[in-house]
Amino acid sequence: MRALPVGDDALLVEVSSGTEARALHAELARRRAEGSLVVREIVPAARTVLLDGLADPARWTAELTGSRIPPAPPRARALLELPVRYDGPDLAAVAAHWGVAEREVARVHAGTEFTVAFCGFAPGFGYLTGLPARYDVPRRATPRTTVPAGAVALAGPYTGVYPRSSPGGWQLIGTTDAVLWDHTWTPAALLSPGTRVRFVPAEDV
Amino acid sequence: MSDRALLVVRSGALTTVQDLGRPGNAHLGVPRSGALDPPAAALVNRLVGNPPGAAVLETTLNGCAVRPRRTVTVAVGGAPGPVTVGGRAAPWGAPVTVPAGEVLEVGAATAGVRGYLAVSGGIAVEPVLGSRATDLLSGLGPAPLTDGTVLPLGPPAGPPERVDAVPQPMPPAELVLRVTLGPRADWFTPGAVRDLATRAYRVSTAGNRIGLRTEGPALERARHGELPSEGMVLGAVQVPPDGRPVVFLADHPTTGGYPVIAVVRSADLPAAAQAVPGTPVRFVPVGRR
Repeated sequence: MRALPVGDDALLVEVSSGTEARALHAELARRRAEGSLVVREIVPAARTVLLDGLADPARWTAELTGSRIPPAPPRARALLELPVRYDGPDLAAVAAHWGVAEREVARVHAGTEFTVAFCGFAPGFGYLTGLPARYDVPRRATPRTTVPAGAVALAGPYTGVYPRSSPGGWQLIGTTDAVLWDHTWTPAALLSPGTRVRFVPAEDV
Repeated sequence: MSDRALLVVRSGALTTVQDLGRPGNAHLGVPRSGALDPPAAALVNRLVGNPPGAAVLETTLNGCAVRPRRTVTVAVGGAPGPVTVGGRAAPWGAPVTVPAGEVLEVGAATAGVRGYLAVSGGIAVEPVLGSRATDLLSGLGPAPLTDGTVLPLGPPAGPPERVDAVPQPMPPAELVLRVTLGPRADWFTPGAVRDLATRAYRVSTAGNRIGLRTEGPALERARHGELPSEGMVLGAVQVPPDGRPVVFLADHPTTGGYPVIAVVRSADLPAAAQAVPGTPVRFVPVGRR
């Protein structure tokens, strides 16, 4: 683990895996909740956690570099079930990448427990991890100008759900009717970092 | 709607509602947003007796025109330009009374880019995650104004400031941006870091509320391949594949996959928001405080 200074009041804490990043995020969130860490933003990402708006970044550099981060508590959050229809236009392309039948893509995806590693790209867009590395898929060579809200999609090691219609380059494998974002909710995003997710198919697969 | 409202007569090139933004939500993918020139927004609010967090209008290059339904106090600041009320010249950078039904015209900026118009009571559109700011990246907050938009106003909070005019910084003829190197300066060649610190850049026409784009020497990468997505800060100098540095402004994405070579001191960002395309830019590395 190393802490890279970012400007005058932020630190980018870098670890070597997504699992460690999740554990680090959970630990920093815990310290913030107990009051020992005062910071404006804690932004987890693929291999890093950004602490933005720190009063004393030098102190935290020393503190984090010397400390051991406990593994993320495995069942800390309730499991969220998202209804899904595996009807995406890229289902065949993903099946070809995986070297399996389309029904098998649905079976594997629905049989996986995901965790929201981080959010980005758009409000409420979560990057979900959980699929084994052999199921990584590339982004589409040509992004779509419009991806509908509720599209369930794959890119690299991640699964994502588009909270609203937007351009997008991910491979679309399905659709959910779940509402992903409502600014009157607290938090406004259904999928926030650490949330555990399972996709539940509308019909048997 | 009550008469506490403002009709947009001429929306201008791009006029948005702005306040202090919605920091604290980056982990949900929500940009901070808010006024690009916060001191200018705070000043016009103070001039009309509003609290610092009241929502104002942020104009772009050619101002806007509005007609209040009841008499209000307004103040125009940021990028300087002509101000008229009912066709008669009125002061810029000072409290001005606009009688009910008269048109306040904020003309084209004579320097700078972003003008700020505060109205007593503040723009009272419905807040989203605690802020009324228009976020052009994610679409949160009210849409950019169009002709005919009616904006609700809040109740006046206090009396207008009793001053004739207050000094405001002039938009920069040369934009000097103090930067601290990193977090990803090691993704670039030593020559690229030297280029950033010594070569001449200019403000590109392609900039917006998301980022100030520059034209100048492309910065050469030492490391290739993809950087896994990581959290981004306001003022980050991100270098996309074309090698031209982009300075992240208020509507910047919360995470990104292009390396950040340096970060601009936040005190220098209001000037960045006022630098017209073509303005020379110098990046000056400084130590951390």
